[in-house]
Amino acid sequence: MVATSHDVMPDIELYQPTDEANALALANTLGSAGWLLAGGQDTYGWLKDRNKTPSAMIELTQIDAWKGVKEIADGIEIGAVTTLTEIANNPLVQSRYGLLAKAASVVASPQIRNVGTLGGNLVQDARCWYYRRGLDCYRAGGNICYADSPEGLNREHALFGASRCVAVSPSDTAPALVALDATMVVSSEGGQRLIPAQDFFVGPARDIVNMTVLNEGEILTAVRIPSTWANAEFYFEKVADRNVWDFALVNVAAAIKVSGGSITDARIVCGAVECIPRRLEAVENAIRGQQRSEQLADQVAAIATDGARPLNYNHFKIPLMENLVKRAIRG
Amino acid sequence: MAYMHIGKDFVPPDVAGKVTGRIKYAEDYTREGMVYARLLTSPLPHARVVSIDAAEALAMEGVFGILTADDVYPDGEDNSPGLKVLTNQPTLVGEPILALAAVDEKTAETAIATISVTFERLPFVMDPLDSLAEGGPDGYDGGNTFVFREGVASEKWSRDEVASFRAGNEPTAEPQQSWEYGDLAAAFAASAYTYEGGFTTAGYPHQSMEPRSAFAYWENGKCYLHGTSQSMTPVAAGMADIVGVPVEDFVFINEATGGGFGQRARPNSIPSMAIPAKLSQKINRPVMMRVTREEEFTIGGARQGFQGWIKCGFKQDGTMAALDMYIISDNGGKGGGGDASSAADCISILYQTEAVRFRGTSIASNTGHRGAQRGPGQNQIAPIISPILDKAAEELGIDRLEIRKLNAAQNGDVGGPRRTPLTSAYMPEALEMGAQQFGWEERKGRARQKNGSKVRGLGIGQGYHNAGRSGMDGIVRLMPDGRLAVHSGVGNLGTYSFASTSRAAAEVLQMPWERVDVIAGRSDRHLPMTSPQDGSNSIFTNTRTNYGAAQDLLAKMKEIVAADLGGEPADYEHGNERVYRSSDNSVGMTFAEIAQRGLELGGKYTGESEVPEDMDDFSKLSVSRLAGTALMGLFKDPAHNNNPPGFTVTFTEIELDTETGKYEILDMISIAECGTVVHPQGLANQLRGGAVWGIGLSGYERHLYDPQNGIPASTGYWQSKVPTLLDTPANIGTGWVDLPDPENPVGARGVGEPSMGAVSAALTAAISDALDGHIFNAAPVTADMIINHVAGISSEAIPLAQNNFRG
Repeated sequence: MVATSHDVMPDIELYQPTDEANALALANTLGSAGWLLAGGQDTYGWLKDRNKTPSAMIELTQIDAWKGVKEIADGIEIGAVTTLTEIANNPLVQSRYGLLAKAASVVASPQIRNVGTLGGNLVQDARCWYYRRGLDCYRAGGNICYADSPEGLNREHALFGASRCVAVSPSDTAPALVALDATMVVSSEGGQRLIPAQDFFVGPARDIVNMTVLNEGEILTAVRIPSTWANAEFYFEKVADRNVWDFALVNVAAAIKVSGGSITDARIVCGAVECIPRRLEAVENAIRGQQRSEQLADQVAAIATDGARPLNYNHFKIPLMENLVKRAIRG
Repeated sequence: MAYMHIGKDFVPPDVAGKVTGRIKYAEDYTREGMVYARLLTSPLPHARVVSIDAAEALAMEGVFGILTADDVYPDGEDNSPGLKVLTNQPTLVGEPILALAAVDEKTAETAIATISVTFERLPFVMDPLDSLAEGGPDGYDGGNTFVFREGVASEKWSRDEVASFRAGNEPTAEPQQSWEYGDLAAAFAASAYTYEGGFTTAGYPHQSMEPRSAFAYWENGKCYLHGTSQSMTPVAAGMADIVGVPVEDFVFINEATGGGFGQRARPNSIPSMAIPAKLSQKINRPVMMRVTREEEFTIGGARQGFQGWIKCGFKQDGTMAALDMYIISDNGGKGGGGDASSAADCISILYQTEAVRFRGTSIASNTGHRGAQRGPGQNQIAPIISPILDKAAEELGIDRLEIRKLNAAQNGDVGGPRRTPLTSAYMPEALEMGAQQFGWEERKGRARQKNGSKVRGLGIGQGYHNAGRSGMDGIVRLMPDGRLAVHSGVGNLGTYSFASTSRAAAEVLQMPWERVDVIAGRSDRHLPMTSPQDGSNSIFTNTRTNYGAAQDLLAKMKEIVAADLGGEPADYEHGNERVYRSSDNSVGMTFAEIAQRGLELGGKYTGESEVPEDMDDFSKLSVSRLAGTALMGLFKDPAHNNNPPGFTVTFTEIELDTETGKYEILDMISIAECGTVVHPQGLANQLRGGAVWGIGLSGYERHLYDPQNGIPASTGYWQSKVPTLLDTPANIGTGWVDLPDPENPVGARGVGEPSMGAVSAALTAAISDALDGHIFNAAPVTADMIINHVAGISSEAIPLAQNNFRG
């Protein structure tokens, strides 16, 4: 039974490491008991509602090494604790990877972007309201999905990849980074793992509890964006109920290379339609080598939603997704 | 008429405190020994408390005690659906069961987690039509509706009748309530165009920025309650009764309120404020009860949702000949309202409909507490009727502005079931002013123009609310230093009407505003009884009382001067803070001298005798406590019978993207028709604030409850989708007709509520316009509904759904 609105956090040990080694050591030592805290936008709701009850928090915002944007040999590296506002306003990101700058600029609200971080936006937990409410759904360790049921309130839920859970990937930056073929830098006391963005996110069929491949003791510390897609033609659009604060009903991120009016290569990714950012490889294949045109967009848009399985209240996501893909191809 | 104060901007006395943050709300107070209360609320949508085991909690260090419904209602709770202070019979998730006081909130929360409450689960229902259907669950114990003076009853239709209603057909069942006037059959027979269909409007929460936190303590037998209300003296009197203390031993303190929205007007809609008072009495310590955002959602009240059927007939010339409407209104788990009847009344007045029949039934659902929210009924129906009017205009070949003008209320018109005369009405003038400022003639050619996936839509909306009451009391005092004290029983809900209505008294005495003190904010400042600050009435009601009290004061002043300086009171006039002989300006007395003389004379001059017999007892108590302190003006406002209307008109232009279902509001102008304008800046703020709310009603706000568990899904600002700054136009134009009403001494009528309805009506009409006149018959119209419509997908998973999507 879940009803009392607590709005009061319980006692939690707070650790504030100022260097990488300390943070990684704490993450290793504390394991699942150590809640990683950056901007706090995926933290305080859980804790004040007392639906998650970690005994300790590791605050990451004092580790300068995990902040900022820098050039690397092949592209740029963005520290995971860099705020979304910094990313949206960063000249390097704006000039070469405008797709990410745009995606970061439409996350939530200006206030949230001022404190919310790239890492937080990428690893945030599912936003399914049943799950957030503290109900005993599959994702919370139970044996039911309240959203994927005859009476479930599932307007914001998934079209694809349902497997005991129909929550969607809530991130705006994740589709952009998959489209840019980014690499996630995952650190732990044991070393570093480099994981393609596309493989970083996991659906419920593979892991019903976690939305990323991060293990206990691991921290997403940076994101590397290769030069491969720098200065491509980009399109990012987010459709949400309101122009601020809301998560996407559907978003689309596209990086398209065009030569002489012809599409030479493309990566198109949709968010909020599956538990992971959904890469539309069939669409990419269908447009590669074609003249970029409205006609082409109209021809291939339906491919984007092939296999969609709408729930009671989210049929609209099918035409919306197709429309956004059309717009991305039209440019 | 040239006024000194009326129609002029001024700085209300609480503005500096609000800008600097120094003004105090209920949560800002502390007192030595203060402890903190937290609530244990119902996890079930409908249940009965069987037992409570709080032994472990009460044994914890730092816990001082609990308060349960048994403490509050030792003789048992009544079986009405009215909101209770605490309850053993919850009918919605989140209803307070008990409160626990502890040394701090964390301790209180930890202690509450140890309390074991055993519930008996009862059937629950989220959609009133599911309850109305034969065999459907009932929201209350023993029924699904409440009949006035009879109690809880059961209302059932056959499943076929419910299915037919959901499909948009006229219900055939006997309604709980009905009224009609005119020859409906003849009016429909005379109609050249008739529209008929089902409709639904969402009930959604108030979500005031300041939750209904309260703080209370007892001292020398008196209860001091810091609370949050949009009214002052009516709530003070009523809360004393709920707390169970004589009104003379109760002090209600409420300097400022962070949003009223309708549900904080009357004590029975904010009974939770009694929790810290009763708990404080029980444990003998000051108790602060901070209410969370989710608790505010649950007990803070929601607008009634409508599930309706409407049939509307128009003559060839565009006259609205007939309206036939049947509404099932959602009473929620607690509370209720008369919204449905008000909706029909609103159409009757706005469009001067020749024949009207209203039928309605209220049905419970185990969802949020229901009650009045800005324009209860009038504003729900505004976005439904406006596209229908446009459809009629299109079918009959009449301009959309013209059809509104020819149906508009004007001087001499009547309206509503009792055919009540309007005190005055200038709706055609408001429409014309709006059309001019908006440039309707030039713009209307842009309607439905396409640019790629984007299409323009234009909309006109009209709003109405009865906007004025009478029969209340006024108290003013002229102090020995010559300053004027206006005692205002009006609540400070953010509209500044507690101060602007006081300016009527200053106007009478031609008193510079800096020499006027508005006395308000605490009931122990000895305030007059007035009407609750709901129903857009304050300006009309309290300019009458303050004007009258100032006239009484002025008459007494002239009597004193005439007695001292010779002649008759009629020989004297006033100005520059003096009363002087009309024939010789040098013969006179200053206001300060008159006040001092009045104190010497005492008796009727200082409130020690000849207090108006028919003043409210609360006002008489205030006068008795003020007696002998100053020269006093007292007034009992005589009742008036006619209907002072508040009208607004809105014009808007949007650009709607058919590929995303989103639209941008390119322009919006709202015009008020509310008699003489008292406070232009306040009125402009009302129009803009109403616009934001209207945008929410038409486009965003929702009230979601899970049919599986009965738990709410839209408890905060995020999930309830209140519009944000970036969803509203950067500039909202405002204007006003500014013609005086004859039944108010300064010509003023109220206008707070209709500004929302007009915007909602205009916006829904503009959406419909952009989609070639498609009528959604719903509020809100959300992006998914637009996308589905454009894609040809049926958006009605459950037709006429309530407390769900498409609700």
